[in-house]
Amino acid sequence: MFMMSYQLPEFVIERREDKCIKCRVCERQCAFEGHEYDEEFDRMFSYEDKCVGCQRCVVFCPTNALIIKPHPGDYRPNANWTREKLQDLKKQAETGGVILTGSGNDKGYRIYWDHLVLNASQVTNPSIDPLREPMELRTFLGRKPDSLQLEIDGDDVQITTELTPNVAIETPIVFTAMSYGAISYQAFKSLAMAASEFGTLFNTGEGGLPTELRKYGKNAIVQCASGRFGVDPEYLNCSAAVEIKIGQGAKPGIGGHLPGEKVSVWISETRMIPEGTDALSPAPQHDIYSIEDLSMLIYALKEATNYEKPVSVKIAAVHNAPAIASGMVRAGADIIALDGLRGGTGAAPKIIRDNVGIPIEMALASVDRRLREEGIRNKASILVAGGFRNSGDVLKAIALGADAVYIGSPALIAMGCTMCQKCYTGKCNWGICTQDPYLTKRLNPEIASQRLVNLLRGWSHEIKEMLGGMGINAIESVRGNRDHLRGVGLEDWELDVLGVKGAGEV
Amino acid sequence: MVSTSGAIKDMFLGEVRKIDELFRFIKIDGELAEIDATELKHKELNDLMRECIFKGAEKFVLKNVYGHRYIGTRLNISNPKRVQIDIYGTAGNDLGAFLNGHKIVVHGNAQDGVGNTMDDGEIIIEGRAGDVVAMSMRGGKIFIRDNVGYRTAIHMKEFENKVPVLVVGGTAQDFFGEYMAGGRVILLGLNLKENEAHKAHYIGTGMHGGIIYIRGKVEDYQLGREVGVLEPEKEDWKLIEENVRRFSDCFGFNSDDILSDKFIKLIPVSRRPYGKIYAY
Repeated sequence: MFMMSYQLPEFVIERREDKCIKCRVCERQCAFEGHEYDEEFDRMFSYEDKCVGCQRCVVFCPTNALIIKPHPGDYRPNANWTREKLQDLKKQAETGGVILTGSGNDKGYRIYWDHLVLNASQVTNPSIDPLREPMELRTFLGRKPDSLQLEIDGDDVQITTELTPNVAIETPIVFTAMSYGAISYQAFKSLAMAASEFGTLFNTGEGGLPTELRKYGKNAIVQCASGRFGVDPEYLNCSAAVEIKIGQGAKPGIGGHLPGEKVSVWISETRMIPEGTDALSPAPQHDIYSIEDLSMLIYALKEATNYEKPVSVKIAAVHNAPAIASGMVRAGADIIALDGLRGGTGAAPKIIRDNVGIPIEMALASVDRRLREEGIRNKASILVAGGFRNSGDVLKAIALGADAVYIGSPALIAMGCTMCQKCYTGKCNWGICTQDPYLTKRLNPEIASQRLVNLLRGWSHEIKEMLGGMGINAIESVRGNRDHLRGVGLEDWELDVLGVKGAGEV
Repeated sequence: MVSTSGAIKDMFLGEVRKIDELFRFIKIDGELAEIDATELKHKELNDLMRECIFKGAEKFVLKNVYGHRYIGTRLNISNPKRVQIDIYGTAGNDLGAFLNGHKIVVHGNAQDGVGNTMDDGEIIIEGRAGDVVAMSMRGGKIFIRDNVGYRTAIHMKEFENKVPVLVVGGTAQDFFGEYMAGGRVILLGLNLKENEAHKAHYIGTGMHGGIIYIRGKVEDYQLGREVGVLEPEKEDWKLIEENVRRFSDCFGFNSDDILSDKFIKLIPVSRRPYGKIYAY
């Protein structure tokens, strides 16, 4: 039965005919088939209903003939029934389906980073110039002892306390979990190469680690999630750390379905599932129904890695995150990973992405406080994810109690992503979030990894500058140091949860 | 650093003795290492087994095992040798989790999580096993003489020639074969009374790969919506026969008797059971 779609196009494709040379680059670049050359008329046609606004054709047009912009046509303005709400509803009326989306929550929830400001030294405490003085960004992830016993013999100092495994990273920025399957082999490899070159970590997500990439294992956090894809003994042992994924900020409480379009023969091999099936990650891990069970898996992974790797547990930031985090630490987690309301995804039901979970700022502050109050903050590092946009956000998070920050979207953007949110279609024109060889070969890991290294270098420099401005020469000194933060435009309860004073309060 | 010293004990590792204090629990005779687990915690037992392998042990006899967890899990590192482990008593949770090719025989029952994400090897249980048996199993074989609990063979996997096999002699509880993406599961129902159906409901819910073979009665309402029922074909019988014979050899059954009965074959009806619930 043919049903006319009542959707409005989202974008206008403006082709300046005087500039267009009909080279058909735009046609070849668009996997959504937004452009077409018509031989009979000898001209290019565009299909606006197919355009996702990813700007690939604009960037590659040799004569700058194209402009893509949001479609000005709209329904009668209505603050309640916005265009997006109408469009989603019509789509559901046509399909009866759950609306899928990609990348992070784009709704107007308050972004607390934009209401927090950092401190700097003036007169009484000199600032430090990072260009001529050493600045320490090195961070250790893992459990720290309750106290340190030292044996001092002249100049020789030995730590006699038995230490648990920690991973050293050269900057408190780690690439977050993005699986091979969700993203292309080229994008995945680029993250691995960049992490390795810069001395930080990437996270495999739950799609395994192809054998030939295991040489990057010492810079990998390998995930063990509900689908248990690609989890073999070598995978666990080649890693820097192992992460149990319980939840994800973009879709708390639900599992993941990697769409069958993306399950190629290579994905089928690493995940050990049939080609073309949806890769089903169940909502719960079926061996974890309690903190006790979580503990069982944490220790199973420690056993499988001879107690040589820190084990991280990642949860979505939800209302009672502090109590859960406390349980996680007591269950043996060495790293607590929290993923907030604005965390990204390759595919999630839009209703969940946009409505479930709490902002990472609130989750981080409350988890850090709870672990401190219980005297167990040293027993686990805190890694936070979900909506970090620049180095200012990173440093604010560290001042709020994080040990390091997971970044996903910034890394994708560095590789070319324009946040068009169509990751779930498998048609990413930038070759990042697709498994189509025609598209993936557009991303060159040599070049993409350099862009990622540049991003890490730029942000790290900026963090050093801000630290220097505070008169601090080691990131350790700002960790959980809320005195360096002040709130602007926040209500009392928000300042309370964050544990910071308002601007002007001393 | 603020710490309520001593108040928080590591749940399991609180007081684990060093390996040097544990050697008195082992008897080594050539390649055979016999360990009395009576006074050992699970980590201590696993520490000792690992140490024994470095000392050349190829066969283990573990006596008085009572719920020790993760037996076999730690033996997957820097050790190409495949060892055999005989367990007397009750094996604890996650027996053979992430197992890397060793053979484990339990002369007794096992608790939850047998063969969790196991990669290769063989586990034989002369008794029953608890919940989540063979979860996400990737390779190797598991034979269990009696019943298994809930959520057996969830999300089992396969790729090309790497196909895990699970054979259960008794019956199983709910969510048997849920989310299966690969592997072969054979449920024999040997302890069912005449006309008694298997216990499991939601068999093969969300299944999208692999095959389940069942001997004994199963009502339609016990099956998940994602499975279709077929008669086993020649290739199927070859696999059933091979594994039932191995099963019978392990536990002293007459394989011909078992094989003379009717089996049904369950396969996923769709490669994308949930593909239609989304609007693109």
